Amino acid sequence: MNYLDGAFSALADPTRRAILARLAKGEATVNELAEPFEMTQPAISQHLKVLEDAGLIIRRVEGTKRPRRLARAGIEAMDQWLAMLRKALEKNYDRLDEVLAAMEKPKKGEKR
Amino acid sequence: MSKMTLKTEGDTHVIVTRRFAAPPEAVYRAHTDPKLIQQWLLGPDGWTMPVCINDAKPGGKFRYEWTNAKGHGFHVTGEYLELEPYNKLVHIERMYLPDPTPDNRVETRFVADGNGTLMTMRMTLPDAQARAAMLATGMERGMEASYVRLEKMI
Repeated sequence: MNYLDGAFSALADPTRRAILARLAKGEATVNELAEPFEMTQPAISQHLKVLEDAGLIIRRVEGTKRPRRLARAGIEAMDQWLAMLRKALEKNYDRLDEVLAAMEKPKKGEKR
Repeated sequence: MSKMTLKTEGDTHVIVTRRFAAPPEAVYRAHTDPKLIQQWLLGPDGWTMPVCINDAKPGGKFRYEWTNAKGHGFHVTGEYLELEPYNKLVHIERMYLPDPTPDNRVETRFVADGNGTLMTMRMTLPDAQARAAMLATGMERGMEASYVRLEKMI
């Protein structure tokens, strides 16, 4: 449960989710990750540390660079988030089914 | 019950499809009549839409405001580009969290399918980064539900 807690709170931040989304496309350096967010390197590094501690990303050493990539747990966490979006949408449309059913009733009554 | 599909296409699109057991006219109306929208466009349990303004005509604006029992809230604004009753809606929308997200162009088609309707919603984001952020942002509203689920598990 501790691991799951860590993953969930790591994902509670939109910047960290966006970092994961970026890493889903491939390995990236801190500079590359910082660029689209208009954040300082230390701020990004702090987010990366949270993601690393939660086991969602992995750091590699390449000369002076420390490129990050998604860990398997990170991929699974992203999938989980996507499943949640899907669930929210499905919930909407299940409710819409009921709204449509209520709209249909008076109409059918008129015709019959 | 008909299954929803959700998939990405290329770098900037998200496609959602869903079948409904009602004719296109009804599904179209449920997407444009504020009184109907307020009943279903709510996301996870616990959210309501106290403000629903929808001026369904070309150039018309809409504004949806959501809130939950904990007092959290956010809103969406948008403009209609094209309306073709009861087949097609094209609009632009953005979410305020509180800063506005990049504009999302949404084309929704309602096609008669037997006694029902096949709805296809095609979202177009400005770039891949915006799409990733949009998918990540949309998930935010799932958080509440997920925490509840997590609490139940523990």
